[in-house]
Amino acid sequence: MKNIYIIGNGISGVTAARHLRKKSEHQITLISEESEYFFSRTALMYSYMGHMQWKDLMPYPIEFWKKNRIDLLKTRVLSIDFKNQNLMTREGQNLNYDILILATGSTPNLSNWPRQNLTGVGCLYHQWDLQKLEEYSKNIQQAVITGGGLIGIEMAEMLHSRQIQTTMLVREKEYWSNVLPLEEAQMISAHIRRHGIDLKLQTQLKEIKGSDKVTAVVTDQNDEISCQWLGLTIGVRPNIDVFKNTELEIDRGILVDAMLKTNIPNVFAIGDCAQQRQAKPGRKDIEAVWYTGRIMGKTVASVICGERTEYDPGIWFNSAKFFDIEYQVYGEISSSIQENVESIFWRHPTVEKSIRINFDRTTKKVLGFNLMGIRFRQEVCERWINQKNDIQQVLQNIRLAFFDPEFFEDCSNDFIQLANQKTGMNIHLNAGWELNNVLNFLKN
Amino acid sequence: MLKLNTVQKISSHPTSKLLSFSAISIGLIGLLILIFAGFGWISSNPVLLFFSLAMMSAGVILYSVFLYKYVPAGIKNNHNMSSSISSKGILAWLTAMVLTAFYILLYWYPEYLGLHANGNFGLIGFFDPLSRFLKNQDASQWFVYGVLYTLAILIYGIKFIWKYRHSKYQIIRTISVMFFQFAFAFLLPELMLRLNLPFNDFKNMWPLNYYFFDECHIKELLQAGNIGWLMLVWGILMVVLISPVLTYLYGKRWYCSWVCGCGGLAETAGDSFRHLSDKSLGAWKIERYLVYSILVIVVLMTVGVLYSYFTGQEKFLFIQTSALRSWYGFLIGAAFSGVIGVGFYPLMGSRVWCRFGCPMAAVLGIQQKFFSRFRITTNGGQCISCGNCSTYCEMGIDVRAYAQRGQDIVRASCVGCGICSAVCPRGCFKIGEWECGYF
Ligand SMILES: Cc1cc2nc3c(=O)[nH]c(=O)nc-3n(C[C@H](O)[C@H](O)[C@H](O)COP(=O)(O)OP(=O)(O)OC[C@H]3O[C@@H](n4cnc5c(N)ncnc54)[C@H](O)[C@@H]3O)c2cc1C
Ligand code: SF4
Repeated sequence: MKNIYIIGNGISGVTAARHLRKKSEHQITLISEESEYFFSRTALMYSYMGHMQWKDLMPYPIEFWKKNRIDLLKTRVLSIDFKNQNLMTREGQNLNYDILILATGSTPNLSNWPRQNLTGVGCLYHQWDLQKLEEYSKNIQQAVITGGGLIGIEMAEMLHSRQIQTTMLVREKEYWSNVLPLEEAQMISAHIRRHGIDLKLQTQLKEIKGSDKVTAVVTDQNDEISCQWLGLTIGVRPNIDVFKNTELEIDRGILVDAMLKTNIPNVFAIGDCAQQRQAKPGRKDIEAVWYTGRIMGKTVASVICGERTEYDPGIWFNSAKFFDIEYQVYGEISSSIQENVESIFWRHPTVEKSIRINFDRTTKKVLGFNLMGIRFRQEVCERWINQKNDIQQVLQNIRLAFFDPEFFEDCSNDFIQLANQKTGMNIHLNAGWELNNVLNFLKN
Repeated sequence: MLKLNTVQKISSHPTSKLLSFSAISIGLIGLLILIFAGFGWISSNPVLLFFSLAMMSAGVILYSVFLYKYVPAGIKNNHNMSSSISSKGILAWLTAMVLTAFYILLYWYPEYLGLHANGNFGLIGFFDPLSRFLKNQDASQWFVYGVLYTLAILIYGIKFIWKYRHSKYQIIRTISVMFFQFAFAFLLPELMLRLNLPFNDFKNMWPLNYYFFDECHIKELLQAGNIGWLMLVWGILMVVLISPVLTYLYGKRWYCSWVCGCGGLAETAGDSFRHLSDKSLGAWKIERYLVYSILVIVVLMTVGVLYSYFTGQEKFLFIQTSALRSWYGFLIGAAFSGVIGVGFYPLMGSRVWCRFGCPMAAVLGIQQKFFSRFRITTNGGQCISCGNCSTYCEMGIDVRAYAQRGQDIVRASCVGCGICSAVCPRGCFKIGEWECGYF
């Protein structure tokens, strides 16, 4: 029996702990300075908007931890003595570990604007950020958000829910157009505006104004916008300041191999804070998303229990919700037009819905799916991409992928018609969305 | 009851605040007329009755139009956890107290509502004109209840449809419960009374309708000749054939969230309270003990009552059948399904009865679990464990526990309302059927 400490009780640390418990009798302790119990960071917005209470954000009931003999420790780890395998906590406690898993997550990027420490300037990552926003936004009328990513739009939706007039400053040509293809990005930009958010594209923050509280910002177009809250949401970076100037090898994140091992024996790193020494082809070395954290947590537990496994993130997928538009992506979808990639893009004539399927121009292999307002089944898309199915086969069977609830508008005919027009193919849809067909497809 | 979500929930559209306020006022005036009539300050008057009902309806409908029309379609759960009515605040407690008091009067002291053999007065008297118009009889407390109940399903149904206007599943399902309540539970039975036929709700089914096999009910049916026989045969067919087949094909939702009146009220008027259901493991334990015990009791009771009917014996296995029958009616039929089931909506959620008490739901649940094609599939690894699905599950199922493992969901208690699928920001659920290979 070994003594395993995990720093960070986010999705990656918790998944590691759960799987370690399933597979072994080791002593497991989860440390976090943020909260005693695991909560869903992705749901912070729903707590602020009043969709859920704080207790609803916790995926496991409080009894769960005792029942599974996972110890919880709420403290900050100040430093680590890797030689003697010792952790030093804020309270001055020395904890001796046999195995250490680093799952410290991310921290918001700040780019050192003068006066970014004024009251009323904040980000959104940790629980304390939410508390700050909650306290401060009680009686304000206007807010500005800088940064056009996923957290920025969530903050916009949050503030908007409390009738705070919100302006978003986005550097790109359209909202998130550094990730989304242009058509989709335009659709989302329009949707953001439809909700009454003042979206300023190709605009950046130049100056923060105010003496103790923020009172206004100036953009690089020299617009002055008065505001009582300024949200800084220009991305996140691995939360690794504690490890600077130690033997632990770090770059932008903690460097790990395919088995999630760091350069120090018995020390592993997972989740947002980990950086792959050698990323899988087509993948980034740091992928700060929920799903990869979960997969790494599971993998590290297997590795520690002696299985010869490697981290395999599978086919890339992600999802988000931009106000009312759900977004799903499977496989490779690039924001820019690529030479050997052909794209079939269908947009619903009236409603904010679209389907994009990308495939290789020469081999005709399907590469990726990008969906707005339409749900696809992950396992089906994953399988098509994994099996390198060609576009014709995929289009014929496209109904297997639809995951919208019953009675939703069937747009597969329109989509196929457009695909036929665009590619000169003559595809006829295979019938059948029935669950049985899907299950049979997945079984074979 | 009118829903007073105060200004917080009202959208930022400039005029909508004012409009919503007027809508609430119109509804409140309608309600006040009813209350005045209840206290006998207004005497029975068809015009006033019409205005009262129309104003309450208009209030709720206009309020929902103003609430949802000016904002893009989508999930509308903002401030549920802070507005008084939906988060067990003062308004919620007041509403619960008023509803509970109303149920107590309704079941046990209808004379305080104005029921009188030589001419009604008060609230019940206020409804006499409508009752006479429909069936040539004075109103009873059940008539008043039926009108208000149906009205609630209709107007809150419209509100629900506005709220979920982006989801066709929700719209169709809600139109279905509105139709079955209005046509089958209200209009048809009243018209049958007018034609001197036995009162019968063709969609109501034993064991929810526990009095179906009562001696007096069977006698009443038999006395009514052919049509009575038809009702009897239909009632039995529902239990032994129609319901099992439909449940096999579609799961228990065909009844619980598409047809049933209790479910109908829960899904419409109760929608604002769905998140109050208890999700704890303890609650699940209590649920299983309670609901199956009640099922056993209702089966025993019915067998006993039938035994007494056919043999003339008062006792069945040492049980006084008529006493058991009346205790069941009091404790389960009235106190549980009415007072707690609806009266406590704002405190315990809208499906307390369906989940912990309803023997019909228990039977359908067993079928759903073991003999049904019904299945909710989840979407691989897409779940971000946010908790919306579990929070808004009115049956208190910890839906997230399945979704975050990518597991299918087949739970006996699931009524297939589809709200988990609607509120999930990552599109993780699809309700559907598969060939499970039994037939
Ligand atoms: C608002 C928001 C919305 C998001 N939405 C999505 C989404 O929709 N989909 C998606 O895929 N991803 C989303 N993400 C990203 C996702 O939440 C992260 O990728 C994920 O939470 C990372 O998990 P983790 O376990 O690596 O780290 P974290 O969840 O960051 O957990 C790390 C924990 O370690 C603690 N810690 C760090 N250092 C120390 C120390 N020295 N001592 C003690 N404790 C320490 C931190 O306080 C923190 O509690 C979102 C993020 C945010 C902020
Ligand atoms: S609502 Fe969707 S994403 Fe959130 S916990 Fe439920 S299944 Fe997961």
